[in-house]
Amino acid sequence: MDITFDKVSHIYQKNTPFEYKALEDVSFHISSGSYVAIIGHTGSGKSTLIQHLNGLLKPTEGKIQMGNFVLTADKKQKDIMKLRKQVGVVFQYPEHQLFEESIEKDIKFGPQNFGVEPEVINQRLPEVLKSVQLSDQLLSRSPFDLSGGQMRRVAIAGVLIMEPNLLVLDEPTAGLDPRGQKEIMDMFYRLHKEKNRTTVLVTHSMEDALQYADHVIIMDHGKLYMEGNPIEVFRQRDALQKVGLDVPEVIDFLDSFEKTFQKPIDYHGQSMDELAEVIARIVEGGHQRE
Amino acid sequence: MEPRHYIEFQDVSFQYPNSEDWALKGVSFHIKPNEWVAIIGHNGSGKSTIAKLMNGLLSPQQGTIHVQELPINQETIWDVRKKVGMVFQNPDNQFVGTTVIDDVAFGLENHGIPREDMQKRISYSLKAVNMEEYVNHEPHNLSGGQKQRVAIASVLAVEPELIILDEATAMLDPKGRNSIMNTVHQVRQDRDVSVVTITHDLNEVLFADRVIVMNEGNVWFEGTPREVFQKHDELQAIGLDTPFVTQLSRHLNKLGISLHKEPLTHKDLMDELWTLHSTR
Repeated sequence: MDITFDKVSHIYQKNTPFEYKALEDVSFHISSGSYVAIIGHTGSGKSTLIQHLNGLLKPTEGKIQMGNFVLTADKKQKDIMKLRKQVGVVFQYPEHQLFEESIEKDIKFGPQNFGVEPEVINQRLPEVLKSVQLSDQLLSRSPFDLSGGQMRRVAIAGVLIMEPNLLVLDEPTAGLDPRGQKEIMDMFYRLHKEKNRTTVLVTHSMEDALQYADHVIIMDHGKLYMEGNPIEVFRQRDALQKVGLDVPEVIDFLDSFEKTFQKPIDYHGQSMDELAEVIARIVEGGHQRE
Repeated sequence: MEPRHYIEFQDVSFQYPNSEDWALKGVSFHIKPNEWVAIIGHNGSGKSTIAKLMNGLLSPQQGTIHVQELPINQETIWDVRKKVGMVFQNPDNQFVGTTVIDDVAFGLENHGIPREDMQKRISYSLKAVNMEEYVNHEPHNLSGGQKQRVAIASVLAVEPELIILDEATAMLDPKGRNSIMNTVHQVRQDRDVSVVTITHDLNEVLFADRVIVMNEGNVWFEGTPREVFQKHDELQAIGLDTPFVTQLSRHLNKLGISLHKEPLTHKDLMDELWTLHSTR
């Protein structure tokens, strides 16, 4: 799903003493099939931005085009339902939104609500369970009997079963242990590729942005601050530090390596193995042979 | 004389109601006065259960827990809670006051602290977390990191001997996390206090004097951060991760770059690499 923001502003409580401009004149384009990371500090406008992607908020000014759908300030609520069918949002701590008496009912609630045929939902269920690694033995149990990590998987399954064209992830791994984090992130990436989906990830983790995204958008004080290819953006240390963001650890390390050894190592997404080889070669080079 | 152990768990087992599995199985360990201990482990390994047992929010079915040689039981629980303060994960769930100053005062009122003493403690603790300018602010207008700092101030004001941070930085952005870790570090410069941090964040582990690794309800390993991260492969096998520097060191070791100390920080690793390089 192609997404275009055209001079989008969002003002909360407009024309009151509490007026607050959360987004200001934001323009960008996301091409269909890309994996975009949105980064910025608390209060930078990230959450306001993603709430526009499924029409929970409408722009106060400007225009958003998503696929064939156009979202503007005067868009009617009933038209917005068409957009919500195509956009799945995994909010922060999505397990807090579980409510049904069984896991099966909870997962099926979304598509049922949008009038998807029961047979179609039943067909999709096994694949979704497999993606999030939940056993079908659990289906009849209450979601509230599960551990936090498993509850998270149920909540995510409830979004995936909608088969959205655009998947929006708001810090989907917060609070999970390292293995759980990696499993969930790898799963989203695999589905992104398999389903030819457009994915938008809101994250504080520069490492995740570097590893999974092909485009990053940096927000600051409601404005688009930087955007581009992750490696190119993350090389701009000074610009990032100005808005209180750190560069990913690997880039940070290579920078200090260059300072110590006076030898630059160009980072273009090498694995740890490949980097170790380059570093080993320079270290073993020794003083004399320089 | 100060006791050797501030908190001591002896053969503690705990099972949640309606659960078939034991959350903790015969767990023994101790925490020394003025020590900073990090507890790590996969989700469901028993970390948070330990925290809740430490200040009597839960009580074990088997085994005993002593706080300063005082066994935790129904008679001692209120004394224990004066000594052991806790900061939880969600900054929005731990406010009772309508302003920052009310919130910090709440705990003190509960403990019946006289008014003059209260004022001193409130200004001291808000200053310690660098929030003294916010005394009359409403908590819901603060950022997540600021809220957690106020939560720490509320705990500090009661003058506990042990502060438990139960994934207290999990919901914060990197800036917020750093501010919490620096705050705790700063507080420890000023006064004696033991700290227990329960965390998935590897950078937080590096602040600790000692690390307890939990796995499936058992203590799997205890040691310094350096000793823990030396067990790189085994840690990964139980679902945990190691810092970037540890991982890179492993790869370098395989290539014949022999690092003698287990480096923990960029500087550690860079210093060793430079030494190797210049002695070639």
